[in-house]
Amino acid sequence: MQTIDLEKTGLRETNKMLHAQAANTNQTAWEIVNAKGAHAIACGLDAPIEVTVKGSTGYYCAGMNQQATINIHGSAGPGTAENMMSGKVVVEGDASQYAGATGHGGLLVIKGNASSRCGISMKGINIVVHGNIGHMSAFMAQSGNLVVLGDAGDALGDSCYEARLFVRGMVKSLGADCEKKEMRPEHLEILRALLAEAGADAKPEEFTRYGSARNLYNFDVDNASAY
Amino acid sequence: MCGIVGLFLKDKALEPKLGEMLTNMLITMTDRGPDSAGIAIYGGADAGKAKLTVQSDTPDISFEKLENRLRKAIKGKVEMTVKDTHAVLLIDADQIDAARAFLTENAPEVRVMSRGESLEIFKEVGLPKNVAQRFDVARMSGTHGIGHTRMATESAVTTMGAHPFNTGMDQCLVHNGSLSNHNSLRRKLRRDGIHIETENDTEVGAAYLTWQMQNGATLGEALESSLDDLDGFFTFVVGTKDGFGVVRDPIACKPAVMAETDQYVAFGSEYRALVNLPGIETARVWEPEPATVYFWSHNSAPTTTEKAA
Repeated sequence: MQTIDLEKTGLRETNKMLHAQAANTNQTAWEIVNAKGAHAIACGLDAPIEVTVKGSTGYYCAGMNQQATINIHGSAGPGTAENMMSGKVVVEGDASQYAGATGHGGLLVIKGNASSRCGISMKGINIVVHGNIGHMSAFMAQSGNLVVLGDAGDALGDSCYEARLFVRGMVKSLGADCEKKEMRPEHLEILRALLAEAGADAKPEEFTRYGSARNLYNFDVDNASAY
Repeated sequence: MCGIVGLFLKDKALEPKLGEMLTNMLITMTDRGPDSAGIAIYGGADAGKAKLTVQSDTPDISFEKLENRLRKAIKGKVEMTVKDTHAVLLIDADQIDAARAFLTENAPEVRVMSRGESLEIFKEVGLPKNVAQRFDVARMSGTHGIGHTRMATESAVTTMGAHPFNTGMDQCLVHNGSLSNHNSLRRKLRRDGIHIETENDTEVGAAYLTWQMQNGATLGEALESSLDDLDGFFTFVVGTKDGFGVVRDPIACKPAVMAETDQYVAFGSEYRALVNLPGIETARVWEPEPATVYFWSHNSAPTTTEKAA
């Protein structure tokens, strides 16, 4: 286990050390202490290593991640795991706004609640939130799965494309062109696998699926007010 | 961007350290806005007394005889404490209007930063570290306070464009965000006789609250109606004689983090601002909900979800 004191080492040196790890590195376990809400911790990693951040993080932790597993032992600031490509990010506490935004792949697990705009413009990432999510989540979500064990805030899935949204609790309101969908066997399978991978104690049958009504895909003058 | 911090103390033992804690929190937020900085400190009130905190760009000249001139004019007691470009004038509470009228008439270069029984506002152009040092904020004690570091977007970088803005006796406002309907609202408020000095958007927000309260609204009601009448992005923190309040616009893209322990309630634009507070590791940390008015008050048992009266 390699331990980095972020206060002593500084952010750039820390990220540089993590970026230097190749696919066959034997230094696979890293721990970052004294995070103290710093920005951009463990951003842009591209190696199969496991990084554990002790304490809460600021903006953009684990952004652009590829391959790495990043555990945040605290809460996470805005833009956590933004544009993730692959790998896994686990937040033990809550996550601030736009967690997992624009992510192309990988799995983001939030054990607490996520704030507004969770999964905005997601493009293939899987996000599992054990608690609730805030307003405007999955706005313009294109693909991937957003799983919420708790409740969702206002305007869920506004203008979404083909992302699947699974919510166990209440949805305060659906956004434009987002609707309740039928839960078919293949969806239950996807959900079962994601819940298991995210360590979530919930049954797939308890969830409701939401997705695009596909009315905004093509221009229709009757929808002018919704564009 | 802009950075906001706020600290409301429940534990009296921390009161001598309020200025120091608030200064450290504000310095952490420096890179959210290096243009100007300000702090509102609620240092406690003396019975029957009120404080006018004033500022001058030429303090040596402006403040030299100000104490005596004011004493003669209002025929009452005046105690002046000069701190760099600011001076705190301690006068009898019933003479506050007379003192303001005297300053407007006879010392136009002296600008009133705040008025109140407990409140003092210090603000200047520069980094939080330097501004706090000029006014020796770290040595100030008090029950609660708020601070702001500014990245100017809507108007010039000047002392009068710095936050906090005084909105009424013992009330002040800091803002992160930008208001988009401030020009039309400024015209409307000026027509109603509200004094607005600058082209700054937040000053209009502050004037709006003042105007609402002059028309009978409570601060809580004024904040509720700001959600309808102010267009734009905002996270507001308001200081009152007994505590502080927080409100975010319905979109809530301007960040806000709060922490509460048995000793304090703290606000920061980012968690970084809170990391050196005592017991933060075990504090309850959360984000205030959008379009919801929160208040903490020394007047009643503080609760985190208390809706404004």
